[in-house]
Amino acid sequence: MIAQDFKSDQYVRFCPGCGDHAIVNSLQKAMAEIGVPTHQTVVISGIGCSSRMPHYLNTYGFNTIHGRGAAIASGVKIAHPELTVWQMTGDGDCLAIGGNHFIHSLRRNVDLNIILFNNQIYGLTKGQYSPTSKLGFVSKSSPYGTVERPFRPAELVFGARGTFFSRTLDVDLTTSRTCMVAAAKHSGAAVVECLVNCVIFNNGAHGWIADKETRADRTIVLEHGQPMIFGANHDKGLVLDGWNLKVVKIGENGITEKDILVHDAQCEDSTLQLKLAMMEGPDMPVALGVIRDYTTETYDHAVNKQIAEVRAKSKIKTFDDLVDNCEKWEI
Amino acid sequence: MNVTDLDNVVVRFSGDSGDGMQLTGTLFSNLSAILGNEISTFPDYPAEIRAPQGTLGGVSGFQVHLGSGKVYTPGDEADVLVAMNPAALKVNAKSVKKTGVIIVDTDSFEAKDLEKAGYTTENPFEELNFSEATQIVPVPLTSLTKASLADFGMDNKAVVRSKNMFALGVVCWLFNRPIDKAIHFLENKFIKKPDLLKANVKVLTDGYNYGNNLHLNISTFRIDKSHDLPKGTYTSINGNKATAWGLIAAAEKAGLKMFLGSYPITPATDIMHELALRKDVGVITVQAEDEISGVCIALGASFAGCLAATSTSGPGLSLKSEAIGLATMAELPLVVIDVQRGGPSTGMPTKTEQTDLLQALYGRSGESPIVVVAASTPADCFYYTYMAGKIALEHITPVILMSDTFLANGTALWRLPKLAEMPEIHPFLAPDSLKGQYNVAKRDEDSQIRYWAIPGMEGFEHRNMGLERDAEKGGISTNPENHRKMVAARAQKIANIEAVIPDVVVEGNADADLLVVGWGSTKGHLLGAIHEMNLKGYKVALVHFNYINPLPKNTAEVLRKYKKVVVCELNSGHFAAFLRSKVEGVHLEQYNKIAGQPFNVKELEEKFTQLLTEK
Repeated sequence: MIAQDFKSDQYVRFCPGCGDHAIVNSLQKAMAEIGVPTHQTVVISGIGCSSRMPHYLNTYGFNTIHGRGAAIASGVKIAHPELTVWQMTGDGDCLAIGGNHFIHSLRRNVDLNIILFNNQIYGLTKGQYSPTSKLGFVSKSSPYGTVERPFRPAELVFGARGTFFSRTLDVDLTTSRTCMVAAAKHSGAAVVECLVNCVIFNNGAHGWIADKETRADRTIVLEHGQPMIFGANHDKGLVLDGWNLKVVKIGENGITEKDILVHDAQCEDSTLQLKLAMMEGPDMPVALGVIRDYTTETYDHAVNKQIAEVRAKSKIKTFDDLVDNCEKWEI
Repeated sequence: MNVTDLDNVVVRFSGDSGDGMQLTGTLFSNLSAILGNEISTFPDYPAEIRAPQGTLGGVSGFQVHLGSGKVYTPGDEADVLVAMNPAALKVNAKSVKKTGVIIVDTDSFEAKDLEKAGYTTENPFEELNFSEATQIVPVPLTSLTKASLADFGMDNKAVVRSKNMFALGVVCWLFNRPIDKAIHFLENKFIKKPDLLKANVKVLTDGYNYGNNLHLNISTFRIDKSHDLPKGTYTSINGNKATAWGLIAAAEKAGLKMFLGSYPITPATDIMHELALRKDVGVITVQAEDEISGVCIALGASFAGCLAATSTSGPGLSLKSEAIGLATMAELPLVVIDVQRGGPSTGMPTKTEQTDLLQALYGRSGESPIVVVAASTPADCFYYTYMAGKIALEHITPVILMSDTFLANGTALWRLPKLAEMPEIHPFLAPDSLKGQYNVAKRDEDSQIRYWAIPGMEGFEHRNMGLERDAEKGGISTNPENHRKMVAARAQKIANIEAVIPDVVVEGNADADLLVVGWGSTKGHLLGAIHEMNLKGYKVALVHFNYINPLPKNTAEVLRKYKKVVVCELNSGHFAAFLRSKVEGVHLEQYNKIAGQPFNVKELEEKFTQLLTEK
């Protein structure tokens, strides 16, 4: 299958220069690579710029109501686990109005591929601060700056016992596609946090890491089983210093590649994965790529397995059986 | 021994909320049903699981009306009251007939018990001013139960908890009910607790023998088998269980998976309990994180091709409004069950009311007409839920099914159906001919029903949404003319359902001077009242509605035929207002009760008599 197969006939209406254009392209390519046919692919969204995505994908799609995408997507997946179900959501839709559904779908580990567009702003309602806007952020609804602390999506995912977390930048098409494919392959709730630039209301929010010249030194793309090495010259790495992560330079102070930590995305213990996910500049690189990918039983599978087990043992199979086996008498 | 033959009798079991009155009442009513009586029951209990012992607020009651003739309601006043303590006696004093029998546990009438129940004298019977015709039967239930279980080595608490079985034994004797059937029920209930079963059977038997041997100085009663019941296989069922079974039957008939998304809320939760148990017939249930998620998970399952339902009560229906609006816009099949309770807000969670009707009809944003169906007996919750599922799947629309506390917890005799007897259900799926040309707006031109395409169907990929869609191409549209057209199409689709809804039937005296109008759970009381009125020589008729929106085709014709029409409902006049908006120029009187309690037949008769005699 090719990306073209997943393009709908709808004209993509994101603002010129919006990072969402890149995500659409990455997603169509990822879907082609995954290879699940369009009629077995379902894309659910809530409300917001990100939630327009289903319209641009030639799959089954449902652009629902604000914040409820995770619940509706869960319903689809539990009812028919053989379908591949995606959820498109944003920092407002997912983390403000939809926060409860988000954490519970992660806790249950419903096999959803959740693309979380994080542009730290409400775009569709024309520029209010969101739950991920930095403290002090000035917007139309916070003209003197916000006085509330933001969520860090990774922390929320780990706190809700999420089994998969990855992060990408809208402009990094390769990492985006890698994360999306990995999310689809992951059995369980998989979150891909896309750091997206809102060119109209929050331009440059991720500029510190998005700038092409400095990106290699300010980000690290993690890969399971690979040493945590980054930098334009491929000479920086991460090591443990007591309880904390530290950046070291290979070749300095006797450090060799062998001293650098090797990334384990698949272990159940999420301690180090969380530390990686929480790294921030200027001292540390921001982690991209698949940070956590731990496999355990999914909710949709468990629900259907339990039904199959009960059915195999019970003599009641149909409504008429149910009637025949209840407490009854002749009159 | 003196035996009185009766056509029907009302028995009320009343005690602390931990005294096991619900179980006792259920056993006695099932026992009577097996012996061929019609039954109607009414459990009435506090919201607290264990309210302070011995207080008025903690009194839990279970009333059963059984008869050899037609039994319309759980009855107004009790012929027999079992009062396990002074609080139960006080709470129920006014609802016992003058000639009634009151069985009391004398062991729980100590000074401290009287004080807890707020008596001001030492003689509760005098204080409550019972008629001389009332027979008080004092039985030391607690000490007799202790004696009965003396050799069982049980702790005191467990022993005292068994006294309800002693009371049941006495009542079985009083009504000449053989206790072997009751023992059979207990065997099923305590299948995994053989010690408890033995103890309960011993106490029950001793209670029966106590009445029998001591020849308690009262006459016993005998109630014949019912003459009116058609032959068949029966069970006794409450409204919530019947509702759950209606969904199971409809899904199987339609060949679809049954899916419930729900969140615990009194008094609807037992629907989820029953469906969670029914994995054997393949039901999927999800206990969601909140009411909103409950309906949204269900709507997702509907999008994926299930018969999807969500169950709730008034406050939950409020939370689900937006998602139900989405279901009307997206045109997806969904059954929303609203088991109404006393409102607004938290209100009275265990009490009955019909105060959600206007919320069900209109509680959404925008132009969003919806199908509303109401059950009217615990047993017909099965049929109307089944029909709600049928309408949802055949017309691809959300349907709200109205029940309430009275139906949910009340039990009635139910003749068990076979699935083959039930009407066919054919989900309105997109035909193969639309393959490759399908979009979300495709609908049948005559009926205006949208064709349903389900993920997995190749060549039917489409995008659904809460946004307005282009009537032809299915894409997002804000075109004014298109919106007008779409609003009309969705409204017409609901209005067209009128064609499959049966006409309402007038019961009672067809040439009546007074037409009584009701809907939902009040049917039994209204029928009982018009029956009594007609026996007294008045000319009264009843038209009772199960289909609220759309209304049956002959509604206007029936309402206009009678010179005096009174709409009776357990709210401030929701249905009356709806009828006035749908039937022009009709004058409707109202009788409304908002007390958290069902009607009683006597008050209805008084109102009808007043309406018939006023100039």
